[in-house]
Amino acid sequence: MPENSPRDASDLVELFTTMVRIRSVENEIARLRSAGDVVGSVHLCSGQEAIYAGACAALNLPRDVVFPTYRGHGWTLACGVPPYAVLAELLGRRTGLNGGRGGSAYLTAPRWGMCGENSIVGAGAPIAAGAALAATFDGSGRVALAAFGDGALNQGAVHEAMNFAAVRALPVIFLVENNHWSELTPITSTVRDEKLFRRASAYGMPGARIDGNDPQGVQRAVARAADRARDGSGPVLIEAMTDRIVGHYIGDVQHYRAPGEMETILAAEPIGRLRRVLEAQDTTAAELDSIEQSIHHEVAEAAAHALADPLADPATVLEHVHA
Amino acid sequence: MPEQTLKKMSYAEAVNAALRRALETRPEVILFGEDVGVPGGVFGVTKGLHNRFGDRVFDTPISESAILGGAIGSAMFGMRPIAEIMWADFFLVALDQIVNQAANVRYVSRGEATAPITVRTQQGSGPGACAQHSQSLEALFAHIPGIRVCMPATHQDAYDLLLSAIWCDDPVIVIENRNLYHASKREIVIDGNVEPIGRSAVRRPGTDITVVTWGSMQFQALEAAEHLAEDGIDAEVIDARWIRPLDMDAVLRSIERTGRLAVVHEAHTIGGVGAEIVSAVVESGIALRAAPVRVGTPAVRIPAAPTLAEAVIPSVTEIADAIVKTCRS
Ligand SMILES: Cc1ncc(C[n+]2csc(CCOP(=O)(O)OP(=O)(O)O)c2C)c(N)n1
Repeated sequence: MPENSPRDASDLVELFTTMVRIRSVENEIARLRSAGDVVGSVHLCSGQEAIYAGACAALNLPRDVVFPTYRGHGWTLACGVPPYAVLAELLGRRTGLNGGRGGSAYLTAPRWGMCGENSIVGAGAPIAAGAALAATFDGSGRVALAAFGDGALNQGAVHEAMNFAAVRALPVIFLVENNHWSELTPITSTVRDEKLFRRASAYGMPGARIDGNDPQGVQRAVARAADRARDGSGPVLIEAMTDRIVGHYIGDVQHYRAPGEMETILAAEPIGRLRRVLEAQDTTAAELDSIEQSIHHEVAEAAAHALADPLADPATVLEHVHA
Repeated sequence: MPEQTLKKMSYAEAVNAALRRALETRPEVILFGEDVGVPGGVFGVTKGLHNRFGDRVFDTPISESAILGGAIGSAMFGMRPIAEIMWADFFLVALDQIVNQAANVRYVSRGEATAPITVRTQQGSGPGACAQHSQSLEALFAHIPGIRVCMPATHQDAYDLLLSAIWCDDPVIVIENRNLYHASKREIVIDGNVEPIGRSAVRRPGTDITVVTWGSMQFQALEAAEHLAEDGIDAEVIDARWIRPLDMDAVLRSIERTGRLAVVHEAHTIGGVGAEIVSAVVESGIALRAAPVRVGTPAVRIPAAPTLAEAVIPSVTEIADAIVKTCRS
């Protein structure tokens, strides 16, 4: 990690705060899921927070927009959506971000620049290219970021999106969250060249592999890609290396993990790592503890508040299918 | 007649037993899909098969077009592939391979080429499943000439229908139901004859009304029928099982006796198989004693919140009310 100027240090605290908020909301969600208050399949992003915090810090939201996957609680929160709205949505409350229609896997908050999670692997990439296509007509300067997993690189839709964006020089950032696993299968068993960023050159765009557990590194890479995209130089493929420190979904027993794998991953997980960086600089452990505590408090309050809200109203279920 | 064995197993184990039998008895069978090999399937359905059959059972990239196209092409050259599309909703990213390709192979070649593929998938709604993981898509597939579609809901059918599909010389989509996989264990007959495709089953004989249903919704229909029996309405419940070819003969024979029809399914009523059955009954000219009724999901996306999903997916009460209305009119 390069040395940081004092200004950088305060940004680091901000990144730390965002990352802790994401982790804290997800821990709360895990609790609510095991208590049965949240139902259905939930994909946590714990361990990958640095990507969301770094990328969103580099974007100009909501002018810029993001298109994440079902593993999108982190993106939603990093875009600025309040924990309360996310928690209420997962709890199926009428006060939820999407009134209970979306749940964990379809959080959508266009007003924050969060254009919707997607549960179909790779499906967001062509749509992000479309948002970028609009930017080439409307003069908005919008950059669209499509985020997806390593496994999604094997979807036809992603190949089509990358080629389309490259040939039309669309302002898109294709961001791969490479956590090494596609559900229960390792990426190494479904591709021949596991350096996924190298595919970029086949489409005639730049590609780079970065440390996805370093929020500032992600921020820099995304900022550079966004500048380039806004200049009309077209898309970029960024492969951010990371790990999920949880199962594919809540309840996944992870029998596929090698012995010791999780210990190595936990030693490098981004929140602890950033904490160590901050402590090595000027921030004291007490300051960091107090940030963590105030966030845990904020999240616990949000959850209690959401739990007390009324359930989604069946009388509204047929609304919004058509204009 | 092969020797029959009785075994107690879950619905998922019944599917596994059918796959094992196919792999054992037909060397041209191969089995593949996302997570089906080494991990044994996200629902544990294909457990142990990779260990037992090695490279004939393998994991694929998350590439549905390649999975389905790979099945079609290998089937044209003598293999008998069984491909898995993890959730029915994921078919849609590769629908071309089914609708424009698989369905076309036999027809345009006038039988010189064939594509005997079996595609296993699962659907159904569960709490919190939401829009892209809970659709009932059988009508979409049934619309396409050249494609066979079945929806096993009992443990025995999970075994039998899958084998019939694998033995069938045309493309067959087998739509399982994930809520059934690990719900219970039942005694089933394995190693029996491979049944011909396209037969329905009477799940409850009755005299007052014919209820045609399929998939897991039949359990709600049967529950409704049991409630109604206490009120003096004797409903016959037919499990269509095969959506295509649909066993309309059995439905018409039943309606000749009962004079009343209700179709009950989980899919949207709009443009659905229920409409097809009602039309076929009307076209048959059999005089009904009351207007037929369809019970299904209204034209709405499936919402995530349980309170919202419950409001649109047919319930036992809703089914019973519809039957009563038909019988009392
Ligand atoms: C088109 C499609 N095929 C399959 C699935 C099932 N599925 C959901 S997540 C997943 C693994 C995706 O892996 P990756 O893209 O690496 O993302 P990660 O979950 O690791 O974030 C699969 C196969 C799906 N949702 N959509």
